[in-house]
Amino acid sequence: MSAKSPEAPPAFAACLERHGLTLSRGRTTALQVNVGRICNMACRHCHLEAGPHRAAEVMDLATMAQTLDYARRGAFEVVDVTGGAPELVPGIGDFLEALAQGAPRLLFRANLTALAQGDEALPRLLARIRAVVIGSLPSTSPSQAESQRGPGSFDPSITALRALNALGYGQEDSGLELHLVSNPAGAFLPPAQSQAQARFKSELARKHQISFNSLYTFANVPLGRFRQWLTDSGNLEPYLARLTEAFNPAAVPGLMCRTQVSVDWDGRLYDCDFNLAAGLELSPGQVHVSQAPCPPLKDAPIATGPHCFACTAGAGFT
Amino acid sequence: MDTYYDPADLAKFAQIGKDAPELAKKFFDYYAAVFAEGELTEREKALIALAVAHALQCPYCIDAYTRACLEKGSGLGEMTEAVHVACAIRGGAALAHGVQMRNVAEKISL
Repeated sequence: MSAKSPEAPPAFAACLERHGLTLSRGRTTALQVNVGRICNMACRHCHLEAGPHRAAEVMDLATMAQTLDYARRGAFEVVDVTGGAPELVPGIGDFLEALAQGAPRLLFRANLTALAQGDEALPRLLARIRAVVIGSLPSTSPSQAESQRGPGSFDPSITALRALNALGYGQEDSGLELHLVSNPAGAFLPPAQSQAQARFKSELARKHQISFNSLYTFANVPLGRFRQWLTDSGNLEPYLARLTEAFNPAAVPGLMCRTQVSVDWDGRLYDCDFNLAAGLELSPGQVHVSQAPCPPLKDAPIATGPHCFACTAGAGFT
Repeated sequence: MDTYYDPADLAKFAQIGKDAPELAKKFFDYYAAVFAEGELTEREKALIALAVAHALQCPYCIDAYTRACLEKGSGLGEMTEAVHVACAIRGGAALAHGVQMRNVAEKISL
């Protein structure tokens, strides 16, 4: 537990101890790259407070090159590109293409509305380099989806999903994977993934003729803009209590922070995207992508904070 | 006590077992079994509970099952329709008793 954590005492570490658990690294096989805070939207659940006003906070070409070198040094099995809206970062196409040459599996966390606004070049590139596309769609209900992502965001998301389907994404036997992510539209936990996936599949097929591979349901993380909303709406304490009471010890071994390292747009390294948002840096000596000789070693400690309860609530966040 | 209903009391529901633990255990075991996945999904059962909560006008149940419905993945459209089902049954029950009114009136009227 870091001293930077806003709540004391260190509840998450104490909770692990009560259950006889420790949180340390397994083999680090995934590199997540957060290419910047720029976004065409300002989603109310965003733990990074990404938005149009943060156009300067994007990965520059030199840091992209350093990240590419790190990806090669680390021989990561998965490289996972996220934002903000990665679509809006200058040079993203060339960066993705270079990453794809060394990564057995390249994930691209698309902002579907930005993908819909752009030309066809990026979707075609993604298909050509066989990148896995992951898009956020909180709900099949336009009103609930837009309560989280903003007015006018639902229809462009549907347009983008249809365009991806037309390229072969989410279609049987195409090998082009399209996954969706649904975060709750408020201060409550997400539904069970399998049940929600079945409903999303039937609803999106029936109403919009859209197909996809899998749905991931994740709890909202009490950081950034979502935390501000929790505070302003009087939901912070009840939500933190809800996450804590939903602690699932069985989720701990599969936590993504055990096998992943995150690099921010400025090259700093973190255990995960949420520690990145919370400013909890990786252990000393490995703080910048240009200086890290290799991925974090097995059994290395992982920085934790109260936000970690979001990843251990219910089925967990993997 | 400022009011008969306090939202914090919902979390104290289990205290009902303090002086009758065996009965409470039987009730809560039964309750858990009722809401477990069966022929109906947990989501469908939560929607039914939400409708019944409105029919009974139980504020604790409305609070609990609004949250439960959202956490099971129901949308506000579905939840609002469930409340209308409760409304229709309550209203319909009142109106259907109008037949009794008519029966009585017809019996004693010229």
